[in-house]
Amino acid sequence: MQTTLSINGTEHRLDLDTRVTLLDALRDHLGLCGSKKGCDHGQCGACTVLVGGRRINACLTLAVMHDGDEITTVEGLAEGADGGLSPLQRAFITHDGFQCGYCTPGQLCSATGMLGELAEGWPSHASADLDGNYELSQEELSERMSGNICRCSCYPGINAAIRDAAGAEGRK
Amino acid sequence: MRPFDYVRATDAAGASNAAQAANAAFIAGGTNLLDLMKLEVMAPEKLVDISRMGLDQVEEQGRDLRIGATVTNSDLAADLRVRARWPVLSRALLAGASGQLRNKATTGGNLLQRTRCPYFYDTDTPCNKRQPGEGCSALGGETRNHAILGTSAECIALHPSDMAVALRALDARVEVRVPDGAVTEHELGDFHRQPGDRPDRETVLNQGDLITSVLLPAPAGDRQVYRKVRDRASYAFALVSVAAVLRVEEGRIAHAAIGFGGLGTVPWRDPSVDELLTGERPTTALFDKAADLLLQGAETHGGDDFKPPLARRVLRAVLEEATA
Repeated sequence: MQTTLSINGTEHRLDLDTRVTLLDALRDHLGLCGSKKGCDHGQCGACTVLVGGRRINACLTLAVMHDGDEITTVEGLAEGADGGLSPLQRAFITHDGFQCGYCTPGQLCSATGMLGELAEGWPSHASADLDGNYELSQEELSERMSGNICRCSCYPGINAAIRDAAGAEGRK
Repeated sequence: MRPFDYVRATDAAGASNAAQAANAAFIAGGTNLLDLMKLEVMAPEKLVDISRMGLDQVEEQGRDLRIGATVTNSDLAADLRVRARWPVLSRALLAGASGQLRNKATTGGNLLQRTRCPYFYDTDTPCNKRQPGEGCSALGGETRNHAILGTSAECIALHPSDMAVALRALDARVEVRVPDGAVTEHELGDFHRQPGDRPDRETVLNQGDLITSVLLPAPAGDRQVYRKVRDRASYAFALVSVAAVLRVEEGRIAHAAIGFGGLGTVPWRDPSVDELLTGERPTTALFDKAADLLLQGAETHGGDDFKPPLARRVLRAVLEEATA
């Protein structure tokens, strides 16, 4: 089935089997292997990408359902003409927010989307009230990032990196 | 995954027509359906995509709210009107799944999500819900996450939704367009079917019937609480959850509507519990009597023996909070 995907600002025309997930289209048809396949069932978050700025699990959606959509993968997070890393990516390096690195692209895309949700005033399960003013406390961060698993358990570094990039105070 | 045709619908009539084929299914968020298709638990021959039909709006109708079927769980939880007047719904939505999944999962799809019974997912084991008459592997098996209310000899699978538990306490209705174009409304309490001898039939929907909206009446109570108990702090299904919508006048409970998750084969509500509470002064003894009523027909299976006492404690805690 003919499908056009706009990925990191570039249009790609593909002829895909209807069964191809967005994740497999990225990895197997476009060679964009930054997005990782962990569980392939929406449980680990390694495949997280941004569609229209919102984070989703690329493994649980069909490529043909995203015809014409604007998709950002980890390869597109770097800003600027020189491809410099985003503040979040730099913070992951500063705070050593990974060990094996397999979950990192998903963590980066998820955190990028999550910080956008926070800026929009979206509440979370950890929020004391629903008024829309939320600081990125550790409780909020843990809750909002619970869709991303790190088997190396590098959460202290991941947390520090995200809070650094968010401009949050380094509260424990 | 088995091969299937894919059709993108642009309006309700087109969607209904396309979905009248015997083994067609609607898809919106797809977070549950595609998971099940990968495992070949579900194998539709045709998917009708309803995600671009304009069913993604939340609209006020007088004091009520009309929620389009493809409004995402994220958008609904963050909706300022829902947060202000139906906060128990925001809370229930935020207690479910992960940020990524809530950005995809839809209102209609949440109502239609399938059980997470591990035997339903495991095609190597018998399951009456997958294949009626095959037998139930949960009975005599691992039952930590199974239903204790509304079960049958054929099936003890749990309805996993958080959202629907809050919607039951809010007296939500489901608007359905049938293939001939007529629009019908179902009380949410009449929408899901208990398993009986046909656990495969989970709702009143027939082939081609399309959920178009969920209708929320103005809230009957301003004291709204959702509490969910689970095996980890986030991103897990409920062991027990309770949604309460109460109004208290002059020290008495003037309105009570209590929904329960983690307990029933369908999103659970027991009118006798609501009636018992209504008109009474809130006391621990009253809350215990409510739990007695709720649990009098409960059947446990070993692994879920902890649920009745846990449900009693969660109900009491929620009612104490809602009447404080």
